[in-house]
Order: sequence, then C-alpha cells, then structure tokens
Amino acid sequence: MSPSVIFDAVMLGFEYSLLAVGIYISFRILDMADLTVDGSFCLGMAVSATCAVAGHPVLGLVLGCVAGAAAGCVTGLLITRAKINPLLAGIISMTGLYSVNIYVLGGPNVSLLDAPKAYDTFVTLAKGVLKVSQVKMVFIVVLVAAIVAVLAAFLHTESGLAMRATGDNEDMCRASSINTNLMKVVGLAVANCLVGLTGALLAQYQGYADMGSGTGMVMVGLASVIIGELFGGRRGVTAGLVCSVVGSVVYRLIIQSALMVNFIDSNALKLISACIVAVFMGAPAVRDAIRSSKQKKVAREKAEAYELALASAATAGSTTAAGSPAGAAPSDDATTEGGR
Amino acid sequence: MTSQTSPTTSTDTMPTLQVLGLTKTFNPGTPVEHHALNGIDVTLMPGEFACVVGSNGAGKSTMFNAIAGSIIPDGGLVRIAGENVTFKPDFKRARTLSRVFQDPLKGTAPNLTVAENVALAYGRSTKSSLAFAMRRERREMIHDRLASLGFGLEERMDTKVGTLSGGQRQAVTLLMATIGNPSLLLLDEHTAALDPEATRRILDLTDKIVSAGRITTMMITHNLGDALSMGDRTLVMDDGRIVADVSADERRGMGVDDLLALFRANAGHDLDDDKVLLEK
Ligand SMILES: Nc1ncnc2c1ncn2[C@@H]1O[C@H](COP(=O)(O)OP(=O)(O)OP(=O)(O)O)[C@@H](O)[C@H]1O
Ligand SMILES: [Mg+2]
Repeated sequence: MSPSVIFDAVMLGFEYSLLAVGIYISFRILDMADLTVDGSFCLGMAVSATCAVAGHPVLGLVLGCVAGAAAGCVTGLLITRAKINPLLAGIISMTGLYSVNIYVLGGPNVSLLDAPKAYDTFVTLAKGVLKVSQVKMVFIVVLVAAIVAVLAAFLHTESGLAMRATGDNEDMCRASSINTNLMKVVGLAVANCLVGLTGALLAQYQGYADMGSGTGMVMVGLASVIIGELFGGRRGVTAGLVCSVVGSVVYRLIIQSALMVNFIDSNALKLISACIVAVFMGAPAVRDAIRSSKQKKVAREKAEAYELALASAATAGSTTAAGSPAGAAPSDDATTEGGR
Repeated sequence: MTSQTSPTTSTDTMPTLQVLGLTKTFNPGTPVEHHALNGIDVTLMPGEFACVVGSNGAGKSTMFNAIAGSIIPDGGLVRIAGENVTFKPDFKRARTLSRVFQDPLKGTAPNLTVAENVALAYGRSTKSSLAFAMRRERREMIHDRLASLGFGLEERMDTKVGTLSGGQRQAVTLLMATIGNPSLLLLDEHTAALDPEATRRILDLTDKIVSAGRITTMMITHNLGDALSMGDRTLVMDDGRIVADVSADERRGMGVDDLLALFRANAGHDLDDDKVLLEK
C-alpha cells in the first residue's frame, strides 16, 4: 500500500471512530444491542448536509449531535417507559427515521461539493503550511481525542459509574437508588449523539449525503469495537474507548488491504463486517465446543483402552480355562476399525 | 471513621419502621389467587435488630418487598422514619433503605472493581454526581472500610468483583449496604448460599457492623438458633401473619424447642420448613 492510501484509510478510520465509540457505549457499557444506529447515522448526515448547504457547517455538526441524541432518547423511552424489547425499540426508531431523514434531506442524496465545511477556517489558517487533507486529518484526530477524553472522564464520575453499573447489574442499581431508566435513556442518547456526529462529519468529509449509507452501520461499529478488544479494550473503560477508535482505524486498514489485492470488491464490504462480527462473537462458543469435543475424544480413547484391557484380561483368563478366542474377537475388530 | 458509623441522632421516640395492616394478594380473582400477606403489623424502634423466621411461603420476602417498594401492597401502610413511603418507588426508598439478598451475584456489579462497587454505594448518600467517584480521600476511606471487614479485600480493591468468592462478595455487599448509614437494613437469608465457614464469618460481620452503627435491622433466617441469639427480637411468621413477636426479655433462656412449641401453639401446626436448621 502506498502512504497516501494508508493515510486515507487511517483518516476514514478516524471519521468512523465515534460510531465505534457510540456502539461501545450502548453495546458494552449498557449491554444493549441498539439498532437505532442505522437511522441516527443518516439523521446526523442529513442534518449536517442541510445545514452546510444553507451555509452553516459548524451548526450542522452541532445539530447532527443533537438530532442523534434525540433519536437515542426516543429509543430509550420506548424501552424504559413503553417497556418494548430493546431490539424492537431500536428497529422502530430506525424505521421511523428512514422517512424523517428523507424529509430532512429533501431527497435521497445531496452533494456538498460547493457547500462550506466545518474545517474550512482551519484550511485558511494553515494555508501554505498544511495540505487540505492534512488539515482534515488534524481536525478529526483532535476532535475524536477530545471527545474520548471527556467520555473517559465522565465514566469515572459518580454518574458514569452508575451508568456502567446499570449495564452490569440492574437489580443492584435499583437497590442502590440509581434511576436505571434515566441511565439507559441518557446512555442511549450519548451513544446516538456520537453516531449522529459521525454521520454529520462524514457528510462534510466526503462531500455528499446519501440516505443509503446508514445501512449496516451497526455492524461496522460492532466490528470496530470487537477488533479494538483484540488490542486490550477489555481492560477497563478508558481502554475500551481508546481501543474502539483503534479498532475503527484497523478495520479500515483491513478493508483497504482487501480491496487493494482485489480480494473483494466494494460490494462485499457489508458481508465482510457481518462476517467479522459473526466470527468474533461466535469464537468463544466454538472454542469451547472444540475444547469439549477434544476432551470427549480423549475420554473415549481412554474408555476404549480400558475396555481393551478388560477384554484381554478376560481372554487371558478364558483361554487358559476353555481355550476359546471369542473374547478377543470384538476387540480385534475395534482396533482395525480405529486403524482405518 | 467514627462519624461514618455513628447512629442517627433523630428523636429516639419515633419508630424507624412502622408497618400497619399490610395485605397483598397475588393473582387476585384467578384460580392461583394467593393471599401472601394477611395484615402485618411491625414496629421497629431506632437501633433495633429483629430476626424473622417462618415456614416456606409464609410471606417473609413479600413483606420485605413491600417495605422496600419492590411490590405495592393492596392495603396497609409502610412508614420509614415517620414518612409514609407505601407508594414511593423502590430506587427512591433505597436512599435510606438497604437490602442484602441470598444470591451473592445480586448485590454487586461483577465488571466493576471492588472499590468502584463500594464507591457507587457510598455515592448514593452524597449528591455530587459529576464529581470523580474515586477521589483520593474517598479511596483511602474505602480502603479502611474494606480492611475493617477482615476479609483481606483492601488488597484487592482493583480486582473485578466477578472474580471474588461468594463469601467475599457478600462481605462487599454488606459493606455497600451499610456504608451510607441507612435508616433500615433488610437482610433476606443473606448467608443461605454460603458454606458453613463463610456463613459464620458473614454473620459475625453482620453483628459487628449492625451494632457498631446501631443500624435498625431485620434479618430473615432459617437457622432458629441464630434467630434466637442474634439481634434483640424474634418475629415468627406463618401464612402472611406475624404469629409471635418474642422480645429480648422473653428470648432469654429460650431454646429452639421452646420456639417450635410457641410456633405450634400460635399457628396451630408444626413449623414446616424444608430449609430450617435446628442447630443451637
Ligand atoms: N410475584 C409473585 N407472584 C405470585 N405469587 C408470589 C409472588 N411472590 C411471592 N408469591 C407467593 O407468595 C407466597 C409468599 O412468598 P414469599 O417469597 O414471601 O415467602 P417466604 O416466606 O420468603 O418463603 P421462603 O422461606 O421460601 O423464602 C408464596 O406462596 C409465593 O409463591
Ligand atoms: Mg424468601
């Protein structure tokens, strides 16, 4: 891979990293599979694009966050107030958002090529020093770092601790006078706020908003979180947040390499993320199954050996007594069968 | 330290817990209708420690659930420190009321560290929700409190609670339940899942913590010996009623057989309990 290709992949990884952090919050901290994400991603994208076209790109990012958070609140209220199953609640929000997003954007896609972008000020400031792509990189890295730092600090406050405990042991939280319903709503709002911001950033970074681009975002985020966990994301919350960002970058590098060697075409991307999630989530169960089948095999061999020993002891006894080889015959069969 | 465990200085004439005419029927109007509580009256004065015994399904846990707010009773009142809390949601009552359950997995968050669990419990009595949970003086305080349990947990402050044994987890849970000076502590067979050795240690710890803090406490147990020796009152339940309320004076010199006889006389049948332990 050429340096510029790596640069682009890394930048894409950072652009999508807040999506991964959002999924980390809903999936790992709240212990919920939140499907709102596909909808709130597009919502952030649509809001950001509409604002940028109207000449307010920074406002677009802010409102992208707010809109995402609102979507998360709706899902949270469906779960906690209406007592709807979390998976279904996410699907309800996602489905409703599909229409909302088209209304907000005014069509299935919009180009932002001529619209102002949130990082424009910095491009002007760094003129002659940094290339546009470098400014974009610095902008996104600083933004992601700042948000991760704030989140890590929050998760170590008393409220943050309460939120983490809500996903860990809800009964105990209620017994500790923690309003778990509030924690879930706030947690989902924060998660989808980050997802909305991801969509908002992406619209401006890529120069277009497309209402099809939200599909499969849950899988992309999950894949990043899971890859991040290979880099130590299970050690604690701060590690979890940072590793989700790392996971997002690594995920893009993997995809880019696969595209480069023509191993896959871009149509296969969704399949790849689905496979990554399925393989890694299924791995522990498969590993246990393999381990227990190995144990079973060893146990069976031992049992067979034991049976053989018993049989030969019996034939040894019976040959001296009656001279009949009948007892040895079945065990001979067993050994030849095993040898085949 | 002493300020943490000092008794509440509220007027000693007002009962900490008042339960009046509590009734609860599960599945009313259906073939499985069950009258779990049939008019319960209990009063606990500040600092009192009462043990509760009774047959299986006598309604002991249901009474605790009504006091804690996990279920809303059909009739009757629950007052804690003079306030009528009958319809207050459980998590709001939990600010002044702590519970420990039988299952050691229930009282702690497994993926949080020992220190974080305790900090979380301590935090409910404070109001600074955006302050860091693990400030230095807080950490030192938690360290000291863990050390006072005598389970060596102060050395394992940063291990996840999920890796501790049942007895260790129950010790952490007990500390969490009492660290905020609750007005009322409810223990529902909190040693039933432990081995005899751990049971002894947790009961000793319970005694120590409750008497040090003069915490008003109710403890459900299946060990009649413990029910007579621990605390200063024994309540006997059957069929959703309190059939005997044995005061400290009456308890003195009373044996397990006397308690069984009392039960038979008041309830009209033998104490039928498959878990009951008759050891002295
Ligand atoms: N949520 C519920 N729905 C229906 N019936 C219930 C419910 N909770 C308790 N019961 C019934 O109420 C009765 C009293 O139950 P409870 O748990 O209070 O008994 P207990 O005295 O704690 O018994 P044990 O010693 O076995 O713990 C039992 O017959 C139980 O089946
Ligand atoms: Mg019970």
